[in-house]
Amino acid sequence: MLARRVIPCLDVANGRVVKGTRFVNLTDEGDPAELAQRYALQGADEIVFLDITAAPEGRGTILEVVRRTASQVFVPLTVGGGVRSVAEMRDVLRAGADKVSFNTAAVASPELLTACAAIFGVQAVVCAIDARRVPAAGQPSWDVVTHGGRRPTGRDAVEWAETAVSLGAGELLVTSMDRDGTRSGFDVELLAAISSRVKVPVIASGGASGPADFVAAVREGGADAVLAASIFHRRMHSIEEVKTAMAEAGLPVRPVAEAIA
Amino acid sequence: MSAPRIAVLDYGAANMVSVTQALASCGADVVVAAEVPSLALADAIVVPGVGAAAAAMDALRERDLLEPIRDWMRAGRPALGICLGFQIMLERSDEGGAETLGLMSGRTALLEGAPTLPHIGWNEVELTSPHPLFEGVPDRSHFYFVHSYVAIPTDETTVVARTTHGSAFVSAAASGCLWGIQFHPEKSGEMGQRVLANFLNLVRGAGTGRAG
Repeated sequence: MLARRVIPCLDVANGRVVKGTRFVNLTDEGDPAELAQRYALQGADEIVFLDITAAPEGRGTILEVVRRTASQVFVPLTVGGGVRSVAEMRDVLRAGADKVSFNTAAVASPELLTACAAIFGVQAVVCAIDARRVPAAGQPSWDVVTHGGRRPTGRDAVEWAETAVSLGAGELLVTSMDRDGTRSGFDVELLAAISSRVKVPVIASGGASGPADFVAAVREGGADAVLAASIFHRRMHSIEEVKTAMAEAGLPVRPVAEAIA
Repeated sequence: MSAPRIAVLDYGAANMVSVTQALASCGADVVVAAEVPSLALADAIVVPGVGAAAAAMDALRERDLLEPIRDWMRAGRPALGICLGFQIMLERSDEGGAETLGLMSGRTALLEGAPTLPHIGWNEVELTSPHPLFEGVPDRSHFYFVHSYVAIPTDETTVVARTTHGSAFVSAAASGCLWGIQFHPEKSGEMGQRVLANFLNLVRGAGTGRAG
Protein backbone atom coordinates (compact mmCIF):
# COMPACT_ATOMS: atom_id res chain seq x y z
CA MET A 1 0.00 0.00 0.00
CA LEU A 2 1.20 3.49 -0.82
CA ALA A 3 1.93 5.26 2.44
CA ARG A 4 0.18 8.50 3.30
CA ARG A 5 2.93 11.07 3.57
CA VAL A 6 3.75 13.46 6.39
CA ILE A 7 5.58 16.53 5.14
CA PRO A 8 7.18 19.28 7.19
CA CYS A 9 7.33 22.63 5.40
CA LEU A 10 10.18 25.06 5.99
CA ASP A 11 9.86 28.76 5.14
CA VAL A 12 13.17 29.96 3.79
CA ALA A 13 14.19 33.60 3.39
CA ASN A 14 17.64 34.66 2.21
CA GLY A 15 18.96 31.15 2.75
CA ARG A 16 17.75 30.77 6.34
CA VAL A 17 14.71 29.10 7.85
CA VAL A 18 12.43 31.75 9.29
CA LYS A 19 9.43 31.59 11.51
CA GLY A 20 6.75 34.22 11.72
CA THR A 21 3.10 34.89 11.39
CA ARG A 22 1.84 35.41 7.88
CA PHE A 23 5.19 36.52 6.53
CA VAL A 24 5.73 39.11 9.29
CA ASN A 25 7.74 39.13 12.52
CA LEU A 26 10.21 36.71 11.00
CA THR A 27 12.82 35.20 13.26
CA ASP A 28 15.87 33.20 12.21
CA GLU A 29 15.37 29.52 13.05
CA GLY A 30 18.46 28.02 11.54
CA ASP A 31 20.02 26.39 8.54
CA PRO A 32 17.54 24.79 6.09
CA ALA A 33 19.81 21.84 5.26
CA GLU A 34 20.33 21.01 8.94
CA LEU A 35 16.65 21.28 9.78
CA ALA A 36 15.70 19.21 6.73
CA GLN A 37 18.17 16.54 7.80
CA ARG A 38 16.74 16.51 11.31
CA TYR A 39 13.20 16.08 9.96
CA ALA A 40 14.31 13.34 7.57
CA LEU A 41 15.79 11.39 10.48
CA GLN A 42 12.57 11.93 12.45
CA GLY A 43 10.58 10.25 9.69
CA ALA A 44 9.59 13.03 7.29
CA ASP A 45 8.50 11.44 4.01
CA GLU A 46 9.34 14.51 2.01
CA ILE A 47 10.57 18.04 2.69
CA VAL A 48 9.06 21.24 1.31
CA PHE A 49 11.01 24.48 1.15
CA LEU A 50 8.88 27.55 0.62
CA ASP A 51 11.10 30.38 -0.55
CA ILE A 52 9.64 33.58 0.87
CA THR A 53 12.66 35.71 0.11
CA ALA A 54 11.22 39.13 -0.56
CA ALA A 55 14.09 41.00 -2.19
CA PRO A 56 14.93 40.04 -5.80
CA GLU A 57 18.65 40.12 -5.02
CA GLY A 58 18.17 37.34 -2.44
CA ARG A 59 16.52 35.04 -4.96
CA GLY A 60 19.50 32.95 -5.95
CA THR A 61 20.14 31.81 -2.39
CA ILE A 62 17.53 29.06 -2.55
CA LEU A 63 19.57 27.18 -5.16
CA GLU A 64 22.54 26.96 -2.83
CA VAL A 65 20.23 25.82 -0.04
CA VAL A 66 18.78 23.09 -2.26
CA ARG A 67 22.24 21.98 -3.33
CA ARG A 68 23.48 21.66 0.24
CA THR A 69 20.31 19.91 1.36
CA ALA A 70 20.20 17.43 -1.51
CA SER A 71 23.78 16.37 -0.85
CA GLN A 72 22.90 15.13 2.62
CA VAL A 73 19.15 14.56 2.80
CA PHE A 74 17.93 11.59 0.80
CA VAL A 75 14.17 12.01 0.75
CA PRO A 76 12.15 13.83 -1.91
CA LEU A 77 12.52 17.60 -1.85
CA THR A 78 9.97 20.10 -3.17
CA VAL A 79 10.68 23.78 -3.65
CA GLY A 80 7.96 26.40 -3.90
CA GLY A 81 8.00 30.14 -4.23
CA GLY A 82 9.41 32.34 -6.91
CA VAL A 83 9.81 29.85 -9.79
CA ARG A 84 8.25 31.46 -12.86
CA SER A 85 9.72 29.72 -15.90
CA VAL A 86 10.96 26.44 -17.35
CA ALA A 87 14.53 27.72 -17.02
CA GLU A 88 14.09 28.55 -13.34
CA MET A 89 12.53 25.14 -12.71
CA ARG A 90 15.46 23.46 -14.45
CA ASP A 91 17.87 25.32 -12.16
CA VAL A 92 15.99 24.16 -9.06
CA LEU A 93 15.84 20.52 -10.23
CA ARG A 94 19.50 20.54 -11.22
CA ALA A 95 20.34 21.79 -7.75
CA GLY A 96 18.79 18.55 -6.47
CA ALA A 97 15.08 19.21 -5.92
CA ASP A 98 12.58 16.60 -7.13
CA LYS A 99 9.53 18.78 -7.57
CA VAL A 100 8.67 22.44 -7.96
CA SER A 101 5.50 23.95 -6.62
CA PHE A 102 3.81 26.79 -8.53
CA ASN A 103 1.28 29.10 -6.96
CA THR A 104 0.80 32.71 -8.09
CA ALA A 105 2.84 32.05 -11.23
CA ALA A 106 0.48 29.22 -12.28
CA VAL A 107 -2.61 31.39 -11.78
CA ALA A 108 -1.01 34.18 -13.81
CA SER A 109 0.26 31.85 -16.56
CA PRO A 110 -1.45 28.43 -16.45
CA GLU A 111 0.48 27.35 -19.56
CA LEU A 112 3.58 27.29 -17.35
CA LEU A 113 2.29 24.02 -15.81
CA THR A 114 1.99 22.46 -19.26
CA ALA A 115 5.41 23.61 -20.40
CA CYS A 116 7.13 22.33 -17.26
CA ALA A 117 5.25 19.00 -17.26
CA ALA A 118 6.17 18.40 -20.90
CA ILE A 119 9.85 18.78 -20.12
CA PHE A 120 10.23 17.44 -16.59
CA GLY A 121 7.21 15.13 -16.28
CA VAL A 122 3.98 15.63 -14.35
CA GLN A 123 5.51 14.04 -11.25
CA ALA A 124 7.77 17.07 -10.86
CA VAL A 125 5.02 19.68 -11.18
CA VAL A 126 3.02 20.63 -8.10
CA CYS A 127 0.29 23.26 -8.23
CA ALA A 128 -0.20 25.03 -4.92
CA ILE A 129 -3.69 26.38 -4.44
CA ASP A 130 -4.41 28.89 -1.69
CA ALA A 131 -8.16 28.90 -1.10
CA ARG A 132 -10.43 31.07 0.98
CA ARG A 133 -14.06 30.23 1.77
CA VAL A 134 -16.66 32.40 0.07
CA PRO A 135 -18.82 33.71 2.91
CA ALA A 136 -22.51 32.97 3.10
CA ALA A 137 -22.65 30.75 0.07
CA GLY A 138 -25.34 28.03 0.12
CA GLN A 139 -23.06 25.21 -0.97
CA PRO A 140 -19.57 25.77 0.41
CA SER A 141 -17.22 27.24 -2.14
CA TRP A 142 -13.73 28.65 -2.12
CA ASP A 143 -12.00 31.42 -3.95
CA VAL A 144 -8.40 31.12 -5.14
CA VAL A 145 -6.20 33.79 -3.59
CA THR A 146 -2.65 34.70 -4.59
CA HIS A 147 0.30 36.73 -3.35
CA GLY A 148 0.37 34.99 0.00
CA GLY A 149 -3.39 35.29 0.40
CA ARG A 150 -3.58 39.02 -0.12
CA ARG A 151 -5.14 39.01 -3.57
CA PRO A 152 -8.50 37.36 -4.40
CA THR A 153 -8.82 36.09 -7.96
CA GLY A 154 -12.55 35.43 -8.20
CA ARG A 155 -11.69 31.94 -9.49
CA ASP A 156 -13.34 28.87 -7.97
CA ALA A 157 -10.75 26.69 -6.20
CA VAL A 158 -12.27 23.34 -7.22
CA GLU A 159 -12.48 24.38 -10.86
CA TRP A 160 -8.92 25.66 -10.76
CA ALA A 161 -7.78 22.37 -9.26
CA GLU A 162 -9.31 20.43 -12.15
CA THR A 163 -7.87 22.86 -14.68
CA ALA A 164 -4.40 22.70 -13.13
CA VAL A 165 -4.41 18.89 -13.33
CA SER A 166 -5.59 18.90 -16.94
CA LEU A 167 -2.75 21.32 -17.74
CA GLY A 168 -0.06 19.12 -16.24
CA ALA A 169 0.05 19.39 -12.45
CA GLY A 170 0.92 15.97 -11.03
CA GLU A 171 0.04 16.91 -7.49
CA LEU A 172 -1.96 19.62 -5.71
CA LEU A 173 -0.90 21.37 -2.52
CA VAL A 174 -4.15 22.72 -1.13
CA THR A 175 -3.94 25.35 1.61
CA SER A 176 -6.94 26.71 3.44
CA MET A 177 -6.16 30.38 4.01
CA ASP A 178 -9.01 30.51 6.54
CA ARG A 179 -7.28 27.88 8.65
CA ASP A 180 -3.62 28.63 7.93
CA GLY A 181 -1.86 29.64 11.13
CA THR A 182 -4.99 29.20 13.24
CA ARG A 183 -4.38 25.64 14.48
CA SER A 184 -8.07 24.87 14.14
CA GLY A 185 -7.69 21.82 11.92
CA PHE A 186 -7.58 21.37 8.16
CA ASP A 187 -10.56 22.44 6.08
CA VAL A 188 -11.64 18.86 5.29
CA GLU A 189 -14.60 20.06 3.23
CA LEU A 190 -12.24 21.91 0.92
CA LEU A 191 -9.96 18.87 0.70
CA ALA A 192 -12.85 16.52 -0.02
CA ALA A 193 -14.30 18.87 -2.64
CA ILE A 194 -11.00 18.84 -4.50
CA SER A 195 -9.77 15.27 -3.90
CA SER A 196 -13.09 13.84 -5.12
CA ARG A 197 -12.66 15.66 -8.43
CA VAL A 198 -9.04 14.90 -9.32
CA LYS A 199 -6.97 11.72 -9.70
CA VAL A 200 -3.64 13.22 -8.66
CA PRO A 201 -2.47 13.23 -5.04
CA VAL A 202 -3.74 16.07 -2.86
CA ILE A 203 -1.53 17.46 -0.09
CA ALA A 204 -3.48 19.01 2.76
CA SER A 205 -2.15 22.22 4.28
CA GLY A 206 -3.23 24.95 6.63
CA GLY A 207 -4.53 24.58 10.15
CA ALA A 208 -2.85 21.52 11.68
CA SER A 209 -3.05 21.53 15.45
CA GLY A 210 -2.53 17.90 16.36
CA PRO A 211 -2.30 14.30 15.14
CA ALA A 212 -6.10 13.93 14.92
CA ASP A 213 -6.19 16.65 12.25
CA PHE A 214 -3.82 14.62 10.06
CA VAL A 215 -6.08 11.59 10.35
CA ALA A 216 -9.14 13.69 9.43
CA ALA A 217 -7.39 15.23 6.43
CA VAL A 218 -6.81 11.76 5.00
CA ARG A 219 -9.98 10.01 6.09
CA GLU A 220 -12.53 12.75 5.58
CA GLY A 221 -10.62 15.01 3.22
CA GLY A 222 -9.23 12.26 0.98
CA ALA A 223 -5.72 13.71 1.20
CA ASP A 224 -2.75 11.56 0.17
CA ALA A 225 -0.28 13.64 2.13
CA VAL A 226 -0.41 16.14 4.93
CA LEU A 227 1.83 19.14 5.32
CA ALA A 228 2.46 21.22 8.42
CA ALA A 229 4.93 23.80 9.61
CA SER A 230 4.50 25.35 13.02
CA ILE A 231 3.39 22.29 14.99
CA PHE A 232 6.64 20.58 14.02
CA HIS A 233 8.91 23.64 14.28
CA ARG A 234 7.57 24.59 17.69
CA ARG A 235 7.89 20.96 18.75
CA MET A 236 4.27 20.79 19.78
CA HIS A 237 4.01 17.41 18.07
CA SER A 238 6.58 15.14 16.50
CA ILE A 239 6.31 13.41 13.15
CA GLU A 240 6.31 10.16 15.12
CA GLU A 241 3.24 11.18 17.13
CA VAL A 242 1.43 12.07 13.93
CA LYS A 243 2.36 8.82 12.21
CA THR A 244 1.45 6.76 15.25
CA ALA A 245 -2.01 8.34 15.28
CA MET A 246 -2.39 7.70 11.56
CA ALA A 247 -1.32 4.08 11.91
CA GLU A 248 -3.69 3.56 14.82
CA ALA A 249 -6.47 4.93 12.62
CA GLY A 250 -5.63 2.22 10.10
CA LEU A 251 -3.90 4.48 7.59
CA PRO A 252 -0.79 3.15 5.80
CA VAL A 253 2.31 5.06 6.86
CA ARG A 254 6.04 4.59 6.52
CA PRO A 255 7.08 3.82 10.09
CA VAL A 256 9.48 6.29 11.69
CA ALA A 257 11.77 3.39 12.62
CA GLU A 258 12.61 2.96 8.93
CA ALA A 259 14.04 6.48 8.80
CA ILE A 260 16.51 5.94 11.61
CA ALA A 261 20.01 4.68 11.02
CA MET B 1 39.56 -1.77 -2.32
CA SER B 2 38.03 0.49 0.32
CA ALA B 3 36.20 2.97 -1.88
CA PRO B 4 34.85 1.31 -5.02
CA ARG B 5 34.93 3.52 -8.04
CA ILE B 6 31.42 3.86 -9.41
CA ALA B 7 30.73 5.36 -12.81
CA VAL B 8 27.29 6.95 -12.88
CA LEU B 9 26.23 7.22 -16.50
CA ASP B 10 25.42 10.78 -17.48
CA TYR B 11 23.00 10.75 -20.39
CA GLY B 12 20.65 13.47 -19.20
CA ALA B 13 18.66 11.46 -16.64
CA ALA B 14 16.93 13.72 -14.15
CA ASN B 15 18.06 11.78 -11.08
CA MET B 16 21.74 11.61 -12.01
CA VAL B 17 22.76 14.27 -9.47
CA SER B 18 20.84 12.70 -6.58
CA VAL B 19 22.19 9.24 -7.38
CA THR B 20 25.72 10.61 -7.43
CA GLN B 21 25.29 12.38 -4.12
CA ALA B 22 23.69 9.39 -2.41
CA LEU B 23 26.47 7.04 -3.57
CA ALA B 24 29.15 9.48 -2.43
CA SER B 25 27.46 9.66 0.95
CA CYS B 26 27.76 5.84 1.17
CA GLY B 27 31.48 6.05 0.59
CA ALA B 28 31.77 5.46 -3.14
CA ASP B 29 34.39 7.12 -5.27
CA VAL B 30 31.94 8.45 -7.84
CA VAL B 31 32.77 9.50 -11.36
CA VAL B 32 30.18 11.00 -13.64
CA ALA B 33 30.61 9.18 -16.91
CA ALA B 34 29.48 11.01 -20.01
CA GLU B 35 31.91 9.19 -22.28
CA VAL B 36 33.57 5.83 -22.65
CA PRO B 37 37.07 6.64 -21.31
CA SER B 38 35.66 7.45 -17.88
CA LEU B 39 34.38 3.87 -17.63
CA ALA B 40 37.87 2.40 -17.92
CA LEU B 41 38.84 2.66 -14.28
CA ALA B 42 35.40 1.97 -12.83
CA ASP B 43 34.64 -1.05 -10.65
CA ALA B 44 30.94 -0.82 -11.42
CA ILE B 45 28.49 1.25 -13.39
CA VAL B 46 25.20 2.73 -12.28
CA VAL B 47 22.52 3.49 -14.84
CA PRO B 48 20.10 6.07 -13.42
CA GLY B 49 16.96 7.10 -15.22
CA VAL B 50 13.48 8.53 -15.03
CA GLY B 51 11.13 8.81 -17.97
CA ALA B 52 10.69 7.09 -21.31
CA ALA B 53 12.73 4.11 -22.52
CA ALA B 54 12.97 5.20 -26.15
CA ALA B 55 14.33 8.61 -25.20
CA ALA B 56 16.88 7.04 -22.85
CA MET B 57 18.08 4.59 -25.52
CA ASP B 58 18.42 7.47 -28.01
CA ALA B 59 20.34 9.55 -25.48
CA LEU B 60 22.73 6.67 -24.73
CA ARG B 61 23.24 6.03 -28.44
CA GLU B 62 23.93 9.70 -29.17
CA ARG B 63 26.61 9.71 -26.51
CA ASP B 64 28.15 6.49 -27.87
CA LEU B 65 27.49 4.81 -24.54
CA LEU B 66 25.07 2.15 -25.72
CA GLU B 67 27.48 -0.52 -26.96
CA PRO B 68 30.06 0.06 -24.20
CA ILE B 69 27.35 -0.50 -21.56
CA ARG B 70 26.08 -3.58 -23.32
CA ASP B 71 29.63 -4.95 -23.53
CA TRP B 72 30.20 -4.13 -19.88
CA MET B 73 27.08 -5.97 -18.76
CA ARG B 74 27.63 -8.87 -21.14
CA ALA B 75 31.08 -9.35 -19.64
CA GLY B 76 29.38 -9.87 -16.29
CA ARG B 77 30.86 -6.77 -14.71
CA PRO B 78 28.89 -5.18 -11.86
CA ALA B 79 26.06 -2.87 -12.90
CA LEU B 80 23.13 -1.37 -11.03
CA GLY B 81 20.12 -0.07 -12.92
CA ILE B 82 17.76 2.28 -11.11
CA CYS B 83 14.15 2.75 -12.24
CA LEU B 84 14.37 3.28 -16.02
CA GLY B 85 17.99 2.14 -15.76
CA PHE B 86 16.62 -1.24 -14.60
CA GLN B 87 13.89 -1.37 -17.23
CA ILE B 88 16.30 -0.86 -20.13
CA MET B 89 18.28 -3.94 -19.02
CA LEU B 90 15.42 -6.00 -20.46
CA GLU B 91 14.83 -6.72 -24.13
CA ARG B 92 12.18 -4.20 -25.06
CA SER B 93 9.71 -1.71 -23.73
CA ASP B 94 6.04 -1.22 -24.54
CA GLU B 95 6.69 2.45 -23.90
CA GLY B 96 7.23 3.74 -27.41
CA GLY B 97 8.05 0.22 -28.62
CA ALA B 98 11.74 0.65 -27.86
CA GLU B 99 14.30 -2.12 -28.25
CA THR B 100 16.34 -2.01 -25.06
CA LEU B 101 19.67 -3.49 -23.93
CA GLY B 102 18.51 -7.11 -23.76
CA LEU B 103 20.74 -8.21 -20.88
CA MET B 104 17.80 -9.71 -18.98
CA SER B 105 15.07 -11.60 -20.78
CA GLY B 106 11.66 -9.99 -20.63
CA ARG B 107 10.03 -6.68 -21.37
CA THR B 108 8.79 -3.48 -19.79
CA ALA B 109 5.05 -2.81 -19.70
CA LEU B 110 2.57 -0.37 -18.20
CA LEU B 111 1.68 -1.23 -14.60
CA GLU B 112 -1.70 -2.91 -14.83
CA GLY B 113 -4.59 -2.27 -12.47
CA ALA B 114 -2.91 0.67 -10.76
CA PRO B 115 -5.36 2.90 -8.89
CA THR B 116 -3.16 5.90 -9.71
CA LEU B 117 -0.48 6.44 -12.32
CA PRO B 118 2.28 7.39 -12.17
CA HIS B 119 2.90 5.29 -9.07
CA ILE B 120 4.51 7.94 -6.89
CA GLY B 121 5.41 7.68 -3.25
CA TRP B 122 6.61 5.37 -0.51
CA ASN B 123 5.55 1.78 -0.93
CA GLU B 124 6.48 -1.53 0.65
CA VAL B 125 9.13 -3.76 -0.84
CA GLU B 126 8.41 -7.42 -0.17
CA LEU B 127 11.60 -9.46 -0.22
CA THR B 128 10.73 -12.66 -2.05
CA SER B 129 14.20 -14.15 -2.16
CA PRO B 130 17.13 -13.31 0.13
CA HIS B 131 19.74 -11.17 -1.58
CA PRO B 132 22.80 -9.29 -0.26
CA LEU B 133 21.44 -6.09 -1.82
CA PHE B 134 18.84 -6.04 0.96
CA GLU B 135 21.04 -7.07 3.86
CA GLY B 136 19.92 -5.21 6.98
CA VAL B 137 16.69 -4.12 5.30
CA PRO B 138 13.60 -5.50 7.05
CA ASP B 139 11.00 -7.16 4.83
CA ARG B 140 8.26 -4.73 3.73
CA SER B 141 10.32 -1.64 4.33
CA HIS B 142 9.18 1.40 2.38
CA PHE B 143 11.05 2.80 -0.61
CA TYR B 144 10.31 5.77 -2.84
CA PHE B 145 8.84 5.06 -6.29
CA VAL B 146 8.17 7.31 -9.31
CA HIS B 147 7.14 5.35 -12.43
CA SER B 148 4.31 4.13 -14.64
CA TYR B 149 6.04 1.21 -16.38
CA VAL B 150 7.43 -1.94 -14.78
CA ALA B 151 10.02 -4.53 -15.71
CA ILE B 152 8.69 -8.04 -16.36
CA PRO B 153 11.67 -10.42 -16.35
CA THR B 154 10.77 -13.83 -17.80
CA ASP B 155 13.22 -15.66 -15.57
CA GLU B 156 11.43 -15.89 -12.22
CA THR B 157 14.63 -16.91 -10.47
CA THR B 158 16.00 -13.39 -10.98
CA VAL B 159 13.19 -11.82 -8.94
CA VAL B 160 14.38 -10.55 -5.57
CA ALA B 161 11.51 -8.32 -4.45
CA ARG B 162 7.98 -7.35 -5.35
CA THR B 163 5.76 -4.37 -4.64
CA THR B 164 2.02 -3.99 -5.04
CA HIS B 165 0.20 -1.00 -6.47
CA GLY B 166 -3.04 -2.35 -7.88
CA SER B 167 -1.11 -5.39 -9.05
CA ALA B 168 2.20 -6.87 -7.91
CA PHE B 169 5.29 -6.01 -9.91
CA VAL B 170 9.02 -6.75 -9.69
CA SER B 171 10.71 -4.06 -7.59
CA ALA B 172 14.16 -5.70 -7.59
CA ALA B 173 15.88 -8.33 -9.72
CA ALA B 174 19.37 -9.79 -9.85
CA SER B 175 21.09 -11.76 -12.56
CA GLY B 176 24.74 -12.44 -11.78
CA CYS B 177 26.35 -9.02 -11.31
CA LEU B 178 23.42 -7.23 -12.93
CA TRP B 179 21.16 -5.67 -10.34
CA GLY B 180 17.98 -3.81 -11.16
CA ILE B 181 15.74 -1.87 -8.78
CA GLN B 182 12.52 -0.09 -9.62
CA PHE B 183 12.51 2.29 -6.64
CA HIS B 184 14.83 5.22 -6.06
CA PRO B 185 17.37 4.37 -3.35
CA GLU B 186 18.73 7.90 -3.66
CA LYS B 187 15.40 9.22 -2.36
CA SER B 188 14.51 6.40 0.02
CA GLY B 189 16.12 7.74 3.18
CA GLU B 190 17.96 5.34 5.46
CA MET B 191 16.72 2.17 3.74
CA GLY B 192 17.85 3.51 0.38
CA GLN B 193 21.27 4.27 1.82
CA ARG B 194 21.48 0.69 3.09
CA VAL B 195 20.74 -0.71 -0.35
CA LEU B 196 23.41 1.53 -1.91
CA ALA B 197 25.91 0.55 0.78
CA ASN B 198 25.09 -3.12 0.10
CA PHE B 199 25.62 -2.49 -3.61
CA LEU B 200 29.07 -1.09 -2.82
CA ASN B 201 29.81 -4.19 -0.75
CA LEU B 202 28.75 -6.41 -3.63
CA VAL B 203 31.09 -4.47 -5.89
CA ARG B 204 33.92 -4.94 -3.39
CA GLY B 205 33.07 -8.65 -3.33
CA ALA B 206 33.14 -8.84 -7.11
CA GLY B 207 36.73 -7.85 -6.46
CA THR B 208 39.07 -7.57 -9.35
CA GLY B 209 36.40 -6.51 -11.77
CA ARG B 210 38.73 -4.19 -13.63
CA ALA B 211 39.31 -5.62 -17.05
CA GLY B 212 42.88 -6.15 -18.06
